[in-house]
Amino acid sequence: MNQLSIEDLRVSIAEQEIIRGLSLTMPKGEVHAIMGPNGSGKSTLAKVIAGHPDYKVISGTIEMDGENIMELEPDERSRKGLFLAFQYPSEIPGVTIANFLRAAVQARLPEGEELEATDYYAKLYEKMDLLEMDRSFTSRSVNEGFSGGEKKRNEILQLAMLQPKYAVLDETDSGLDIDALKVVAHGVNAMRGPDIGILVITHYQRLLDYIIPDHVHVMVQGRIVRSGGKELALELEEKGYERYETADVGEPAMA
Amino acid sequence: MVKETSPLEIERNVGNFAYPETHTHDAGVGLSEKTIHYIADIKEDPDWVREFRLNAYKTFMSKPMPTHWASKDLEAIVFDNIRYYLSGGVQPKRNWEDVPDDVKRTFERLGIPEQERKFLAGVEAQFDSEAVYSNIKKAVGEQGVIFVGSREGLKDHPEIFRKWFGKVIPTGDNKFSALNSAVFSGGSFIYVPPGVKVKHPLQAYFRINAENFGQFERTLIICDEGAELTYMEGCTAPKFNTATLHSAVVELVALKGAKIQYITVQNWSSNVFNLVTKRGLAHEDAEVKWIDCNIGSRLTMKYPGVIMKGRRARGEVLSIALAGDGQHQDTGAKMVHAADETTSNIISKSISIGEGRATYRGLVQIPKHLKNCKNNTECDALLINSTSRTDTYPAITVRGTGNSVQHEASVSQVSAEQIFYMQQRGLTKAQAMSLSVNGFVNDLVRQFPMEYSVELKRLIELEMEGSVG
Repeated sequence: MNQLSIEDLRVSIAEQEIIRGLSLTMPKGEVHAIMGPNGSGKSTLAKVIAGHPDYKVISGTIEMDGENIMELEPDERSRKGLFLAFQYPSEIPGVTIANFLRAAVQARLPEGEELEATDYYAKLYEKMDLLEMDRSFTSRSVNEGFSGGEKKRNEILQLAMLQPKYAVLDETDSGLDIDALKVVAHGVNAMRGPDIGILVITHYQRLLDYIIPDHVHVMVQGRIVRSGGKELALELEEKGYERYETADVGEPAMA
Repeated sequence: MVKETSPLEIERNVGNFAYPETHTHDAGVGLSEKTIHYIADIKEDPDWVREFRLNAYKTFMSKPMPTHWASKDLEAIVFDNIRYYLSGGVQPKRNWEDVPDDVKRTFERLGIPEQERKFLAGVEAQFDSEAVYSNIKKAVGEQGVIFVGSREGLKDHPEIFRKWFGKVIPTGDNKFSALNSAVFSGGSFIYVPPGVKVKHPLQAYFRINAENFGQFERTLIICDEGAELTYMEGCTAPKFNTATLHSAVVELVALKGAKIQYITVQNWSSNVFNLVTKRGLAHEDAEVKWIDCNIGSRLTMKYPGVIMKGRRARGEVLSIALAGDGQHQDTGAKMVHAADETTSNIISKSISIGEGRATYRGLVQIPKHLKNCKNNTECDALLINSTSRTDTYPAITVRGTGNSVQHEASVSQVSAEQIFYMQQRGLTKAQAMSLSVNGFVNDLVRQFPMEYSVELKRLIELEMEGSVG
């Protein structure tokens, strides 16, 4: 029961089916990677797990620790312990990182309980040090005028502060130079442990040199076409996705 | 002339809150010379004030509605259905203990905390048309500061009051300033002697508590040479089911080197017509700053202005307008440069929600013969829904060559992606919305006194909660 499990998920947007019968199970305590070519539906999967309203779920279920979360609002899913690190994080002009995160942490406390400011800042600074972020970051507006690397670092900072049960990292490596990539990977690795399951979505193998996954899944045309150990990532790097794409993946399995 | 409790049965919508009213004075509905005399009798006006009222009444009757440029919605005001004077017949009180319990309950409901009262140097709260509670801390009084209701002002301090009353905003300025001049009651009179810097803001809370009852408060503030004052005005009104008219006139006079900051946070119920004339006169080296937050009401028309009469005078308007569904905030600023080296600054932010509409109307005048005058105007609009509306009408008239103006305007929208992003972090849709809106106004709100920025934040939250289904 201690797992994030997706069962025969089918999702469409504007009448087009993007996810076509996808099943995946990620136990807590593990790191899984989903790799796939552009347009395979990886980012759609990430958003659907988080409950993005634009997508239409045709069938299937997503369960967190045995609880079906399909009918929950994105914020309810978040408070139950689901985190999505965005590929393109939104800017929130005028709202500082400190205030935004504080509101997010506060949202997790029981009704009537006030977040202790000194505890909050102590934790915030600790996590920022881990991610080699300057303290002045806290007073900048969320993602406004941030470089690609700063945005991703900010995502991981939020991940570290909110300590979810399950985290989905959507293309966290895109737009990062190698130094930034190492810092981000260091932040994610520091989070690893028995209390969190991490799903890393990526196009390239590069990130997986630094965040070593327990399992790798290959996603093509809206389905998981192959699963294996970490060595699968290396194989993909070498041989590419072509053979999965040209292979007749046919009609969705549960059609 | 003194009547018992109003014989009119008022059907009240107690959706929000309203406590039983016990008005010993009631001018009844409609406006005529008789109404003016009734008010003047009750208030025991000196003859010059009665005369002033009667003249203003004639001006009011002769002036057309400004519907040639303003909203047609104004035509929905039926002047004959409005009650122009109501009073509990209670004398202004100095001690909190003396304030009637139901009035106290209203204040509690409005969330005026005990500590805040202690913090504030003086509190003047208007309940219906009379100030039922007014108090200035000893220290302020000892500095020679006068902080009283307008009625006491004109009676006890005629030498100062008469000199400036109706001088910044003449009766005939517009139809509603004329109306106010005819039937005004309540409001504050403040005089700060030369060189006195009032440390804590003086504050007044206003409230309307009678259906169909226009509130016509009249405020006159004079800061003598080198004096400084911050005045705060907060307005909340309970909900009523027929239109209510609020038409205030506020005149500020900053003599040489004086500074006045006038702060308003308004939250009218959605049936109130809020048609207010506010203007300041800044003499040499003086500064008049309006901080104006308009939330609620059916229609607000308000363009705080500064006439920079003396050299190096400064004028500033910082305004925030929030137009909810079915509301129209028609706000802006007027900057009249009338001396060399005068500078003015206008920053206006508006938020339109649902089918709400926010209009910015700005007027900046720098005549040809002046030198080294500067104006900066920024207006930003935020649209929450696709049905929300915003309009900008800047009218900047700059003649001559030695002056500079800057004008910037922007329109932005809260995007669905932004809301989703915040929801993914655990904030509800309403929380996400209000955080976005607070972010939008944040750089402006930072310039407000602490307790007002907190209050404004709370009002925005309440407004956003109501607007998200």
